[in-house]
Amino acid sequence: MAALQQQSAIKGAKVLMVGAGGIGCELLKTLALSGFEDIHIIDMDTIEVSNLNRQFLFRRSHVGQSKAKVARDAVLRFRPNINIRSYHANVKNPEFDVDFFKQFDVVLNGLDNLDARRHVNRLCLAAEVPLVESGTTGFLGQVTVHIKGKTECYECQTKPAPKTYPVCTITSTPTKFVHCIVWAKDLLFAKLFGDKNQDNDLNVRSNNSASSSKETEDVFERSEDEDIEQYGRKIYDHVFGSNIEAALSNEETWKNRKRPRPIYSKDVLPESLDQQNGSTQNCSVTDGDSVVSAMPSLGLKNPQELWGLTQNSLVFIEALKLFFAKRKKEIGHLTFDKDDQLAVEFVTAAANIRAESFEIPLHSLFEAKGIAGNIVHAVATTNAIIAGLIVIEAIKVLKKDEDKYRMTYCLEHPSRKMLLMPIEPYEPNPACYVCSETPLGLEINTRKSKLRDLVDRIVKAKLGMNLPLIMHGASLLYEVGDDLDDIMVANYNANLEKVLSELPSPIVNGSILTVEDLQQELSCKINVKHREEFDEEKEPEGMVLSGWTPSPATNGESASTSNNEIPVDVTESSSGSETASKKRRLSEIEPCNHKKETENVESEDDDIMEIENPMIVSKKIRVE
Amino acid sequence: MDGEELTEQETALYDRQIRVWGAGAQRRLSKSHVLVSGIKGTVAEFCKNIVLAGVGSVTLLDDRLVTEEAFNANFLILPDENAYAGKTVAEICCDSLKEFNPMVHVSIEKGDLSTLGVDFFEKFDVVIIGYSSRATKKAVNEKCRKLKKRVAFYTVDCRGSCGEIFVDLQNYNYTKKKLDETVECELTFPSFEEAVSVPWKPIPRRTAKLYFAMRVIERFEETEGRKPGECSLFDLPGVLKLKKELCEGNSVSENHIPDSLLERLVSGNTEFPPACAIIGGILGQEVIKVISGKGEPLKNFFYFDAEDGKGVIEDISQ
Ligand SMILES: [Zn+2]
Repeated sequence: MAALQQQSAIKGAKVLMVGAGGIGCELLKTLALSGFEDIHIIDMDTIEVSNLNRQFLFRRSHVGQSKAKVARDAVLRFRPNINIRSYHANVKNPEFDVDFFKQFDVVLNGLDNLDARRHVNRLCLAAEVPLVESGTTGFLGQVTVHIKGKTECYECQTKPAPKTYPVCTITSTPTKFVHCIVWAKDLLFAKLFGDKNQDNDLNVRSNNSASSSKETEDVFERSEDEDIEQYGRKIYDHVFGSNIEAALSNEETWKNRKRPRPIYSKDVLPESLDQQNGSTQNCSVTDGDSVVSAMPSLGLKNPQELWGLTQNSLVFIEALKLFFAKRKKEIGHLTFDKDDQLAVEFVTAAANIRAESFEIPLHSLFEAKGIAGNIVHAVATTNAIIAGLIVIEAIKVLKKDEDKYRMTYCLEHPSRKMLLMPIEPYEPNPACYVCSETPLGLEINTRKSKLRDLVDRIVKAKLGMNLPLIMHGASLLYEVGDDLDDIMVANYNANLEKVLSELPSPIVNGSILTVEDLQQELSCKINVKHREEFDEEKEPEGMVLSGWTPSPATNGESASTSNNEIPVDVTESSSGSETASKKRRLSEIEPCNHKKETENVESEDDDIMEIENPMIVSKKIRVE
Repeated sequence: MDGEELTEQETALYDRQIRVWGAGAQRRLSKSHVLVSGIKGTVAEFCKNIVLAGVGSVTLLDDRLVTEEAFNANFLILPDENAYAGKTVAEICCDSLKEFNPMVHVSIEKGDLSTLGVDFFEKFDVVIIGYSSRATKKAVNEKCRKLKKRVAFYTVDCRGSCGEIFVDLQNYNYTKKKLDETVECELTFPSFEEAVSVPWKPIPRRTAKLYFAMRVIERFEETEGRKPGECSLFDLPGVLKLKKELCEGNSVSENHIPDSLLERLVSGNTEFPPACAIIGGILGQEVIKVISGKGEPLKNFFYFDAEDGKGVIEDISQ
């Protein structure tokens, strides 16, 4: 009997789940109900209030506890006789190596970030364990099956590059609210409260270089006895007033653009704010934790309300005052965090004041927080549906029902009557550097770039390696690991600071590098080509990796085996021979337009479809 | 803006979903009342989804006593005999659901669905009938249609790895975003009885076979006096005989409904939890859509079959 055979395949299976968030909770429940008896689950996160609307295994009393552990306990209540093992840990930890992965019959991903997904993909390839991958955002979702040699791997198709903005758009010519948010978060907030040694493009360079950089730097320095409000007004006038004036003096910039309006505090705020009961003493107390917030003392309650220029200005000054009055110790090492109420208030206010200058529509704190924190849109139903589809694919994998594997899209609006649209999996991409042996090409200035640039910008950022090793011929140029002696470490550190052409084994035009990650058991070759010049705006990294990035024009997934861009075509049976050349782009089937900020869909939260690294925006911005 | 604002607590809890459907929709959800009957796996999934979403109230109706069979695909029932002995499915599920979201009022009603009066249904905005006979579905649907206010009516069934959702919204207006414009749209739904008695001949050939197969099973259970879902492989000859008659009566060929599909349906008396999660998820999504009045609702059948993995909408009306 087919049903009995299925039950025994399920009962005997040992399954690894990575992620106990939105998809993970649903998946663990459905696996347990379906008869799975040996489930291991890894998640490094702890439970937050905003998880409770969909991660139904968690209660308010669990906030702060390990997701993996609480999820395990909750499922054992309705299925007490099965074995669930939880790991409150990062899946990238060295203990989760290829041997660890080999013990499982199938790995199921419910992850929230590209980095971890790529890492698990590589470990599954190395361990030859099938992987079922998934993601959701809002009402959209997808499930895919990855089996070495049979279907494409997770990295066979390059993922859409995260949206980045040209530096000058952020510093001088914003046209969208998101530009103002990036400015407020990555430039102003970082300048005032972050690491002072970081490069920062906050100050506008005017043509008549009257304001020397020395002079402008001093604006941000606060002397010990300087009144905080006076200091706040000075910052306000500098960034929203004189900086805008300076920018206006670059006539060339405004030829075809609307000129911004400088805003000074005296035009918006009363002489002294003291009568506004701007009390830096009382801070709101919620749920027993003391949350420092500028809103209560200004009588602002609703985060969805739109504040006018005056309210934003008051929030700006009050939030800045509170940072100095209540959180002085943190100043100098703060980075923006969407869960930091005061930081969100400050960034919202600053972005709105800047938006006002540039006649860009203002946004509520709730909306601004979503944009600044790259918060993903998530609902329980999509996660439940996707978890069901994952289990269906997992069962096929266990039964080795190869002909029946499908990748399935969950759509918001039907496409050819379908809300759940299965299509045949794609074959492995023969040009994939992860699951095939195709070498990559790297154009780089070998006489200028250092080994460190190569390691940081290519090997780690682009190739996603965790513990890299770089070889040139027989010579080992760089590696990391616990088992290295001091001399080796010193040697490698010295190499990092060297220009490529001056390394002990010089990397020059035509060199072939071998880059490996021992944990991921991934190895690839890079053909180096020397190039003298790079375009600062288009190629800000000063190097170009080919065989990895899609052409900059495409921002969806692209099948690099073919130039044809054919949207998904699902007929009754899509068993055509050209599956690998079919282009599938969810955005073409279904415009995902829940929110205006679809252009930055990165998130550190869970349940996301195609994820990118939010840090790249801030990294790129510094280059100029 | 209609009604009062969301509380700080609601905004924090529902943050991620407000980013999907907006604060206005969240407010409408929190004022809606949903009646649910027949709490097996799919309906348990549905209940979880709408309680998490934050509807105003959920009323459960299921007087079956809890037995081992009941918690097969229903995670709302803990397998602790001391806890469930002597209690009804509705009582036990109510306790579990309350824990999911303290802001939703979950309660139970007792009684036989088919004998409840028209007035009973007046209190609800949405009525969900899980696992009921054709006669009960028809009776409740007619009562809902007699009310002045519009009650959104749904039936849901899951047999093995297949499932069906039926929707009756009577006359339904909604707004749809087209490019940058918001357009008003109107849909007219047939009643349950109308939708299940459409002649087969004019229905397009590519329509999901499950529509026809479910009608055969439904009719078989009715004529044999079975409870919903009370079929087994032993009934297959009888079911196939009925299929032949129905196909002849509708002047369509017997191949119209594959025997293998009917075989799967009659033997599918234990629920397949992944299918429950999927169908309960789609139903939850539809109910949320209709309460919030945003987006085009499903009209008027939805089918899922784990065998081919398709989730299909069929519009079957005269
Ligand atoms: Zn690959």
